Amino acid sequence: MFEHDTLSLIWFALLGFLLVGYAILDGFDFGVGILHPIAKSDRDRRIILNSIGPLWDGNEVWLVTFGGALFAAFPEAYATVFSGFYVAFMLLLFALIFRAVSIEFRSKAEHARWRTAWDYGFFGSSLLAAFLFGVAAGNVMQGMPVNEDMIIHQSVWQQLTFYPLLVGVLTVALFSMHGAIFLYLKTEGELQKLIERWIWRTFGFFLIAYIFTTMVTLVEIPRAFKNFHDNKWLWAVPALNVLAVANIPRAMFLKKPVYAFVSSCATIAAFATLFATAIFPNLVPSSLNESWHMTVYNARSSEATLRIMLLIAVIGLPFVITYSGVVYWTFRGKVHLARESY
Amino acid sequence: MFHYLFPPLTIGLGLVMVVLEGIWLKTGDQTWKDAARFWTRIFAVNFGLGVATGLVMEFEFGTNWAAYSRFVGDVFGSALAAEGIFAFFLESGFLAVLVFGWDRVGPKMHFFSSMMVWLGSMFSAVWIVVANSWQQTPAGYHIVEKVVGDHTRYRAEITDFWAMIFNPSSVDRLTHTLIGALILGGFLVTSVSSYYLLKKRHELFARRCFTIGLVIAAIFSLLAAITGHDQAQQVSETQPAKMAAFEGHFETGPGDLYLFGSPDASAGKVRFGLAIPGMLSYLITGDSKSPITGLNDIPEDERPPVWLPFQMYHLMVGLGFGFIVLTLGTLPLLRGGRIFNMRWLLWVHVFAVFGPMVANQAGWIAAEVGRQPWIVYPGEHDGVSMRGLRTSDGLSEAVTSEQVLWSIVMFGLIYLMLFFVWIFVLNNKIQHGPDEPEPTSDPSERSFFKTAAAMSGHQRSLTEYNESESRKPEQP
Repeated sequence: MFEHDTLSLIWFALLGFLLVGYAILDGFDFGVGILHPIAKSDRDRRIILNSIGPLWDGNEVWLVTFGGALFAAFPEAYATVFSGFYVAFMLLLFALIFRAVSIEFRSKAEHARWRTAWDYGFFGSSLLAAFLFGVAAGNVMQGMPVNEDMIIHQSVWQQLTFYPLLVGVLTVALFSMHGAIFLYLKTEGELQKLIERWIWRTFGFFLIAYIFTTMVTLVEIPRAFKNFHDNKWLWAVPALNVLAVANIPRAMFLKKPVYAFVSSCATIAAFATLFATAIFPNLVPSSLNESWHMTVYNARSSEATLRIMLLIAVIGLPFVITYSGVVYWTFRGKVHLARESY
Repeated sequence: MFHYLFPPLTIGLGLVMVVLEGIWLKTGDQTWKDAARFWTRIFAVNFGLGVATGLVMEFEFGTNWAAYSRFVGDVFGSALAAEGIFAFFLESGFLAVLVFGWDRVGPKMHFFSSMMVWLGSMFSAVWIVVANSWQQTPAGYHIVEKVVGDHTRYRAEITDFWAMIFNPSSVDRLTHTLIGALILGGFLVTSVSSYYLLKKRHELFARRCFTIGLVIAAIFSLLAAITGHDQAQQVSETQPAKMAAFEGHFETGPGDLYLFGSPDASAGKVRFGLAIPGMLSYLITGDSKSPITGLNDIPEDERPPVWLPFQMYHLMVGLGFGFIVLTLGTLPLLRGGRIFNMRWLLWVHVFAVFGPMVANQAGWIAAEVGRQPWIVYPGEHDGVSMRGLRTSDGLSEAVTSEQVLWSIVMFGLIYLMLFFVWIFVLNNKIQHGPDEPEPTSDPSERSFFKTAAAMSGHQRSLTEYNESESRKPEQP
């Protein structure tokens, strides 16, 4: 049906799709976690927590599926990146587990101290996870010391350099803003007013990080612009990105929060697409030698596997999208605490 | 191993939820609904922990077993990805409806969600057991050489998808694993129900759940023995070294069946053992005289450890027969509710839940340790034998042993914490029990105060009353 090369490109795109799905969905989960402490009363905190109550688990599945798909489609990249980021990913796992536990157990006991402790846990782990995702993306963007055997020997301290840290901060800012807009949709009354103020704050924070990161990328990583140079029409991606960002304050100003949320989703999608466009056809650019880049061609699975996997995805994804839709539709509207709530 | 506590629980409880809710839909009796609701809450806790620990497993292939991932990614990765797409989305999506959607969707839709969650948990078992079975008895692939830098690497690539999925051991192992999970579900239900019966709480609920749980446990305990037998035959055919380790069978020849013992690999014999002569040969081939491959016919560097698989395997089999005796012994006592007055037997049932938990773990340890020293067994393709992968060759190239050590310590601590939290919450939910029948079935009149008023009307001790009152704000 398709050639091996075509299949590799399709899988690159599909992984991009999964990553975008994950970033948009778990993005607001992390944002909600980061903003959780702004509410002072226990009831408000519970409302914030329960806005993602039925959803966060399903959103994390996008990450699991992304991991599985990367394993299957580009096993070399999966092995290299995951072992190369050993310490960072262990911390990430720690954050994700701790976050799940905090959500699950915060409201299980009445004591104020118990709840405050888990509140810190929920906030801290959301912040750490968002930051680490940003750091990982920043490192890949910058290029990693992939050697001729496709192995990365690098300590975690060497991964915490200026650019990755900057992308980490940008990610935190982006997800906080995204989460704030999501919370605005889910709350009412005084709490909603409080959150509206935070939308503006996080937007300001994001805007600064965004402009700064863009400048640094322009100066520091010329490789990222090669594809744009070769295909002028690709400039549509950053153009859409800027439009989506600009649309957020506009929509909030016009009191159209749904529109603002769509825009912040589009912003995240545009960032992911920018990232993919900038590194393509590499999966992990090597900072040591250009011929050691890990690309969609040298890190991929066999033709048969990619074809079978595509079939699985074509059968499975429509189902996934359908019942994700059903779940989101079931839990539309404002949060009301019920007996099953966290 | 810690992860494996949870998936069997969710698979087993999934069936219980579906059955209970099905009965509720049919009879419209509120007790069944409360029961379904109660078990759904227990299910959710286990599912949450299953996801958290499962994510670790998935990352671990890449972080700690990079060389293994490169070797098998083509095959193993696709099963894992299929699991994500087919199983996890189904399970987690509908779980949200299941737990949080009682008042948001109609009963039929809710029942449908229960079934989907259960189906999802089984799909997930299907893919993961298939992937693991492929490591045991690989099929439908060939080994390809790949030059990277100065080195030649090997990797397995799919040649025949269906042969890979239905490799020689996957069907046997899958049915046996699922049955093990369903037994656990049944026993958990009888355990909690017995506890309530002993404490004289929620008695109607407890009697009904006890009956359902016992029937499920009895049916699947019998099935486990049958599938276990099939599987043992298949193992002796495909992985003779493993079977020999399970049974402490050192010399090729007619095999005895040890009831217990302590195999000593260096001396090549079983100490303190009691065996039925020829029984192993009889069970596997139907003839007590026919020879069974012993460890002496396996090259020395390809022999698995013996002591641990032997003990684990015997533990599992012994427990399995224990389940049959216990469940079949209790079933006749259901008549006229005689069991509900036999306190000692109820206590046995309270603790019996640890049996299937241990048996599931033991079976898994036996299967995995018995596979050593291979992480992927050597296979055949068109009659040509192909290389396997040794566990020691599967490790990450870039990760140092210090890093592995501290991550093991860290996860040891996290898992210890998770374990306590799990016990705490489970205990909390079990102490809380199912909701008492509500005074009105009209949902619009259901309110906090009415429920509270109804509760105070019940004949209950003051402490119990206070307990339920104080809990109400968080889980009213």
